[in-house]
Amino acid sequence: MANTVNLNIDGIDVSVEAGKTVLDAAKELNIHIPTLCYHEDLCVAGNCRVCVVEQEGAKNLVASCAMPAQEGMVIHTNTHKVRNARKHIVELLLSEHNADCTKCYKNKSCELQDLASDMIISENMFLDLVPEKNYTIDNFSPSIIKDDSKCIRCQRCVRTCHDLQHVSALGVAYKGDKMKISTFFENSMFDVVCTNCGQCVIRCPTGALIEKNYIEQVWDAIHDPNVHVVVQTAPATRIALGEEFGMEAGNIVTGKLAASLRRLGFDSVLDTDFSADLTIMEEGTELLTRLKKALVDKDASVKLPMFTSCSPGWVKYIEHMYPDYLDNLSTCKSPQQMFGALVKTYYAEKKKLDPAKIVSVSIMPCTAKKFEAARPEMRGSGYQDVDLGITTRELAVMIKQAGIDFNSLPDEKFDSLMGQSTGAAVIFGATGGVMEAALRTAYELVTGREVPFENLNITAVRGMEGVREASVKIENVLPAWSFLEGVELKTAIAHGLKNAHQIMDAIKAGTANYHFVEVMGCPGGCIGGGGQPIPTTPEIRQKRADAIYREDEGMEIRKSHENPEITQIYKEFLGEPLGHKSHELLHTHYVKRKRV
Amino acid sequence: MKNLKRVDIIFGAYTQEKYKVLGETLKKSSDQIISEVTDSGLKGRGGAGFPTGLKWKYTANEADPIKYVVCNADEGEPGTFKDREILTRVPRKVFSGMAICAKAIGAKKGYLYLRGEYVYMLPDLMAELELFHKCVKENNLDFEIKISMGSGAYICGEESALFESIEGKRGEPRNKPPYPTVSGLFGKPTVINNVETFVNTLMIMRLGADEFKTLGTSDSRGSKLFSVSGDTPVAGIFELELGMSLEDFVEDFGDGDTKAVQVGGASGFCVPRKKFKDTIIGFEGVPTGGSMMLFNSSRSMYNVLKNYVEFFEEESCGQCTPCRVGCQQLKLGIEAVKKGEKSATYLDTLQKLADTMKVSAKCGLGQSVANSFSSIVDNFKEEMIY
Amino acid sequence: MPEIKELVKQLADKHGRNRESLLPILQGIITEEQSISDVAMSEVAEELNMSAALVYGTATFYSFLDTEPRGTYVIRICKTITCDMKGKKQMIQTIEDLLKIKVGETTKDNKFTLLETNCLGWCHKGPAMLINSTPYDSLDVNKITEIIMEYIRK
Ligand SMILES: Cc1cc2nc3c(=O)[nH]c(=O)nc-3n(C[C@H](O)[C@H](O)[C@H](O)COP(=O)(O)O)c2cc1C
Ligand code: SF4
Ligand code: SF4
Ligand code: SF4
Ligand code: SF4
Ligand code: FES
Ligand code: FES
Repeated sequence: MANTVNLNIDGIDVSVEAGKTVLDAAKELNIHIPTLCYHEDLCVAGNCRVCVVEQEGAKNLVASCAMPAQEGMVIHTNTHKVRNARKHIVELLLSEHNADCTKCYKNKSCELQDLASDMIISENMFLDLVPEKNYTIDNFSPSIIKDDSKCIRCQRCVRTCHDLQHVSALGVAYKGDKMKISTFFENSMFDVVCTNCGQCVIRCPTGALIEKNYIEQVWDAIHDPNVHVVVQTAPATRIALGEEFGMEAGNIVTGKLAASLRRLGFDSVLDTDFSADLTIMEEGTELLTRLKKALVDKDASVKLPMFTSCSPGWVKYIEHMYPDYLDNLSTCKSPQQMFGALVKTYYAEKKKLDPAKIVSVSIMPCTAKKFEAARPEMRGSGYQDVDLGITTRELAVMIKQAGIDFNSLPDEKFDSLMGQSTGAAVIFGATGGVMEAALRTAYELVTGREVPFENLNITAVRGMEGVREASVKIENVLPAWSFLEGVELKTAIAHGLKNAHQIMDAIKAGTANYHFVEVMGCPGGCIGGGGQPIPTTPEIRQKRADAIYREDEGMEIRKSHENPEITQIYKEFLGEPLGHKSHELLHTHYVKRKRV
Repeated sequence: MKNLKRVDIIFGAYTQEKYKVLGETLKKSSDQIISEVTDSGLKGRGGAGFPTGLKWKYTANEADPIKYVVCNADEGEPGTFKDREILTRVPRKVFSGMAICAKAIGAKKGYLYLRGEYVYMLPDLMAELELFHKCVKENNLDFEIKISMGSGAYICGEESALFESIEGKRGEPRNKPPYPTVSGLFGKPTVINNVETFVNTLMIMRLGADEFKTLGTSDSRGSKLFSVSGDTPVAGIFELELGMSLEDFVEDFGDGDTKAVQVGGASGFCVPRKKFKDTIIGFEGVPTGGSMMLFNSSRSMYNVLKNYVEFFEEESCGQCTPCRVGCQQLKLGIEAVKKGEKSATYLDTLQKLADTMKVSAKCGLGQSVANSFSSIVDNFKEEMIY
Repeated sequence: MPEIKELVKQLADKHGRNRESLLPILQGIITEEQSISDVAMSEVAEELNMSAALVYGTATFYSFLDTEPRGTYVIRICKTITCDMKGKKQMIQTIEDLLKIKVGETTKDNKFTLLETNCLGWCHKGPAMLINSTPYDSLDVNKITEIIMEYIRK
């Protein structure tokens, strides 16, 4: 191969592709070099300097994460000089750091702590700088807490928010000893463009960016004899929760999840999958209605493409960045919020409960869901529809706190009435899943036949490509849908807000022409959500996605409209999709927000 | 001046007719220009001393059709003020040097990055620039210079930070490699040289490499502008041959009571009296971008060091750990020792920290803090403690 | 407020609307206003279609792109070593007495702000200072008093 370079690391020869770094080469040899600012998903920064190694012939040490492997290089990763420098660097970071680990949310899951512990840092070599600093904690956001006293200034969050999410709510401000991570004019995260996606949170190596946790509030509710606590769990939690208990990424733990929730003491253990199916019914109908108005009635006020609205990070992004397109967003609430609205109405009615005495909890792969639950629009039931949103990680903490041995739990089922799920709902958790679920239902609704894909797997919309396009030709339709005969339904899928930005700019420029666009705020979709187990890498996300599709294939029912509880709720409560009740409870509107 | 020969190349009025040398040089081929600059042995005058001919050649060899010439007029090193003087008195020589470089490497656009402190010069520079642009046009060279202003950040003198700054960003140094010759301004092959270096290239074209080489030593060809300040009766700018001994320098410029000279500014080295004799000023000895600060025996070297460390603490870009936190620790550390809160042995810990900064910091700023720190602490330890 | 909007627009017309124009625009605001307010900055972000946090981060990197309100005349005294040795402290004392403000403060009439800065490139003629963009060198108590008095009369 012409495009390889040969080098020697710690006495071992290795060849790597040109363009790889010394760190990559060391990985091939299973030589571990500590890193902090480096992250697989992000561009290289080379600023923490803990990954330094010695290169023969070079006067200074080199940062292995930033140094391209070059022909003939001789590298030593564990010399006296290297060890000294790394230890100094970690000591320096700690001297700027409020290292009260026992009081820190990231205790035992912190990369800085790990490094300090590996190096056995037992006393302060240098002076404590924390008293010199005016560190602040920003906890105004319902989703995220930013504690500058825990920040090591690795800029992973800044790169995440810029490179992956195209939001840049966080930037680097000031220089020298004053350099810090900051929002615009150091406003609260709550008051800026932050989408609450939590992508920075799952990449922050320390406790500087963490989710705002509601663990104590959930315990309080569970232990309150006067309230009925309902819990719903999102599709993507069941394929990731296992990671918090030492399992490989991609393990499906749906049964253990239900069992653990029951043991924690929730009064009713239900499934967001139910309302994911409901979303498909509402959103699918909304799409067909929009198409009819546009194609038949030639109603110019109808906005196409229609965008999905189940990702609150994406919703807030479009509210800030592309407010002119708010009418293109589906008016459907997200599955979490549909569920919440129904818990305090339909469910309460059926179970003969006082909605004022229901606490509705959601377990989500997402930090933005916390913000979404607190939105003033989300009170369709007359109460706050979802009282407490917690992440997959918070649930894991609760399970550990309760002394439950998760891995040995039996597989249990969800309770009924809003506990039934389908394969279509499960795949909501991966990018492309909503599109696939919608097509499975809409196509069948319109033609009376199943989607023309083997085993219902619409592989064209799957995958990890940032922006994907797929079109489906609609033929031989049922008489009621004759206006769709021969129409080529054009769809697109984006995940990660950077890619959403790309699609939006294309739409804005008029170079893209779609009917329906699915956007998920997080890379990979909810499986890569900001509330999921840490770490996240492309490989981990792929394994989680694979698990989602395996779960789908294993389900008895794989189409939303075939979910019996869905049929039941329309019959008993809602009437029909987009009906009056639906409008009241399941649909919402959006607000224009500032861009700063 | 007893010992040192004064030279007058940089400011010397060699031509009656403005831009005459430039016009003649532009008739030469790119290869001719580069080989003459290489022959002259000229090394960069901004501090690092990279051979200028080589830098131009590497950039000329890059295939990218878009290339840039950048003149580094950020001059932030404490104790240097020669670039300001050059740009005030002979700006056309700077522009000419840039145009020669543009011809040599095939660049159509140049930038002069001027530190914010010098914005008052802008009107004069713009007026000269107009004449210059007319002249290059007459000589059929497609080349245009834009002046970019800094806004008070010493680190923007570091070449990759300077590019970031021109690009409208925070002046944070980049990882190297890639070097500017391959990927510089806007990711394009770029020659960046100091103001004085560009003037030197013009003068090499005027005098010929051979005559230029008669000045200086084999490692340090030519003459250099020195910015002399501190405890000296003759503070100012002096053009001298490279390779002189510090003893001769102090004899000419000292006030008779010089106890130390800081060579190369805050990021350079402090040489105590007992080492004057054995210290050569040049790339073979102690290099300098021109800053020579003299201290007499009334000065506290503790105050000098503290001033430097405070300077770095503020002017570090702050991105990398060794430099950002290291500078704070060095400052508080020497204060603690002085106050008696830390024992004198803590200075050894700080020395080791400075060594770590030297080998692990991302850019030249953090790497060179140890220069002044160690040379002052080593040579004036008592002053640090008592 | 409308003036600042107008100013930012003019500056963007003049310097362009890409990232490279950011510093010239911010510098232009400083020339007119001596500091960059949050309103001005979000206006810049809007004009350049870029993140406001990045504009803030870039501005705060540069010592001269002040984000705190400043007086009409910003006095910056060099505090680096040669000027320090040549009497910088006395210069500061003199101005503090004249204007009744400390370093970092602005006079009540918003006319003067007193700051320190790093080496100005006039070390051979220290102490040196800048008032807005004009350098003054070879200062002593008399000279600096005269200069300040002149500005007071302006
Ligand atoms: C912190 C730092 C500050 C610097 N400041 C300047 C400067 O003000 N002027 C300059 O010409 N070079 C400066 N340099 C050196 C430049 O990075 C670069 O080497 C130089 O501009 C190359 O030009 P030359 O080869 O002509 O010397 C600085 C380097 C560092 C690390
Ligand atoms: S961020 Fe990490 S090192 Fe810091 S206090 Fe928390 S656990 Fe400890
Ligand atoms: S939560 Fe998302 S949008 Fe907000 S700062 Fe973090 S990465 Fe940026
Ligand atoms: S907040 Fe976290 S990710 Fe961001 S710089 Fe600080 S430590 Fe790094
Ligand atoms: S050494 Fe200092 S100035 Fe250079 S990159 Fe690191 S922090 Fe920035
Ligand atoms: S991991 Fe390489 S510099 Fe931070
Ligand atoms: S030290 Fe004050 S101008 Fe250089």
